[in-house]
Amino acid sequence: MSKLHSVRLNKDLCVGCTNCIKRCPTQAIRVRDGKAQIAEYRCIDCGECIRACPHHAKSAVMDPFEALDNYKWKIALAAPSLYAQFGAPATRTMVLAALKNIGFDDVYEVAIGADIITARTNEFLDEARRDKRLPLISSACPAVVRLVQMKYPGLIDNLVPFDAPVDITAQIARRQSLEKTGLIPEDIGIFFISPCPAKRTAVTNPIGQDSSQIDGVIAISDAYPMILAKLEKLTPEQIHSLDNKLMATFGGVRWGYTGGEAIAVNTEKYLAVDGIHNVISILEEVENERLRDIEFIEANSCTGGCIGGPLTVANRYSAKSRQRGYIEEAKKLAKDHPDHIYPYQYEQASVWTKTIDPNPAMQLDSDIFKALEKYEQMEQIVRNLPGLDCGACGAPDCLALAEDIVRGEATETDCIFKLKEKIRDVASQLGDLESAMNKLAHDNHVVRTSDTESGE
Amino acid sequence: MKLDFVIRGSDFINAGEASSGTKKALTRLGISPKAIKRAAIAMYEAELNAVIHAGGGNAEVEIFSDHVQIRVIDNGPGIPDVELAMQEGWSTAPDIAREMGFGAGMGLPNIKKNSNDMSIETEIGHGTTLTIMIRF
Ligand SMILES: Nc1ncnc2c1ncn2[C@@H]1O[C@H](COP(=O)(O)OP(=O)(O)OP(=O)(O)O)[C@@H](O)[C@H]1O
Ligand code: SF4
Ligand SMILES: [Mg+2]
Repeated sequence: MSKLHSVRLNKDLCVGCTNCIKRCPTQAIRVRDGKAQIAEYRCIDCGECIRACPHHAKSAVMDPFEALDNYKWKIALAAPSLYAQFGAPATRTMVLAALKNIGFDDVYEVAIGADIITARTNEFLDEARRDKRLPLISSACPAVVRLVQMKYPGLIDNLVPFDAPVDITAQIARRQSLEKTGLIPEDIGIFFISPCPAKRTAVTNPIGQDSSQIDGVIAISDAYPMILAKLEKLTPEQIHSLDNKLMATFGGVRWGYTGGEAIAVNTEKYLAVDGIHNVISILEEVENERLRDIEFIEANSCTGGCIGGPLTVANRYSAKSRQRGYIEEAKKLAKDHPDHIYPYQYEQASVWTKTIDPNPAMQLDSDIFKALEKYEQMEQIVRNLPGLDCGACGAPDCLALAEDIVRGEATETDCIFKLKEKIRDVASQLGDLESAMNKLAHDNHVVRTSDTESGE
Repeated sequence: MKLDFVIRGSDFINAGEASSGTKKALTRLGISPKAIKRAAIAMYEAELNAVIHAGGGNAEVEIFSDHVQIRVIDNGPGIPDVELAMQEGWSTAPDIAREMGFGAGMGLPNIKKNSNDMSIETEIGHGTTLTIMIRF
């Protein structure tokens, strides 16, 4: 299974239409021989193609439930976006209890990691102000980080250089369960119940660290029916088993929806953007230094934030409305039982140890002279294409086909208009040939007739 | 290699197309992100000055293996006092531009800061040509 990305194509379902090639923000998909193909080196795992495909030919490669069998002590990490999939009368504790009882020994809220990151980001903001590294750009969404690496490498230094909330939560979960169980690290399996394939890729191909503390990533949509079934017959004991569990603040729970992360950062000058194409417009502006008055940017690949993740179940509008209930519940818990809140203030957010490198996927050639040459060829070719961006050639637009041609991956006659032109040329050549032959035949005939005549 | 762009005057919606096109080209060529960023910022400011202050113009970009030369040419009113225009905070931007967040008087100083060389040729009533050089 690919480590590089987690979106897969089912060839049997793909009809070779243009829906996904048009929506992919990095132009990573082509239709070749009637089927879509994803270029791994350009995929950022945003999941747009999963959403765009009307034939459900694109799916996420996630870990199966059976993966739990490899471990003696199994821990589930609940994303902030998980609660809102259910809603009243299921409380946060009930959702966690149900999740635990579908086959885990313990559960942790990723919202705790979010609380920790918020606290550390606020400290880091002062540092960034001093170093003039503003605006800071959230690194919690892996699809956004990969987008920056590929299309906005000049903004890599603006990324918040901490592991994502889920990684920080996983580190805490591992540390605490080692103490509690006395098992060896290999016996502990940590599973993230995730709204997206991007988070799985961030485990198999980690960002800013050499390896991840997470052992598997299960889709919310896969776990949902099991959690729902457990919720219906949850016993009081099962709920009370979490009585001593330390919980996240409402701030961490709020991260599930766009804006929840940014609003907790100590600045009025923040901006929250969602939807990968909108994220691109904002990063464009940041790169042009046109957002000088903004200090913090929360950017989520999915519309609505993680609640709108491609592997969630609930409609994102109703999920947003339900999330309000969980936020209120968390506020009440902090007020009534402040001792039940996880002491996030005392935890460090692990800083990236591995540098985030630019991804040269857009580059035409590693040799600048060859690249210049190819660029000129590309310009030349695109001037000769019809400029309709119809997608019939299998590339998302005419420029992309021109690029494929200079990269040696396509030919001009992949364009149906060019093909038609060529056929017409050949046809008119054939036509010329035909009339030439007719003329020849006619002349021959005349000659012959005159021969006969003279023969008489 | 040469790229040509038309910059339409007072078109705030599409303003920035020339600099973003240039940025895409530089990215395809594998130029270092830091140099691309400098080129993008400088060109964007020059392009917007042509949009806001000069009713549009055009841009000529020439890319070499070790540097890029960006020329933004307009037939606008010209700049009466270049030294003053270069000062941080000096601006004659109209209200409409200010409403869109322009007019801080930071454009020209920012171009200077980001480029390796910059020159302004301007004639009152005839127009302005701004030439920017960025080394990779
Ligand atoms: N192409 C031009 N034609 C005529 N006047 C110009 C031109 N470019 C700049 N100027 C003059 O120079 C001044 C300063 O330009 P500068 O780009 O530094 O600031 P600004 O455009 O006013 O504001 P900002 O760039 O911060 O949005 C402008 O307000 C304008 O008076
Ligand atoms: S916004 Fe959230 S759900 Fe969507 S790709 Fe990013 S991390 Fe995943
Ligand atoms: Mg300006």
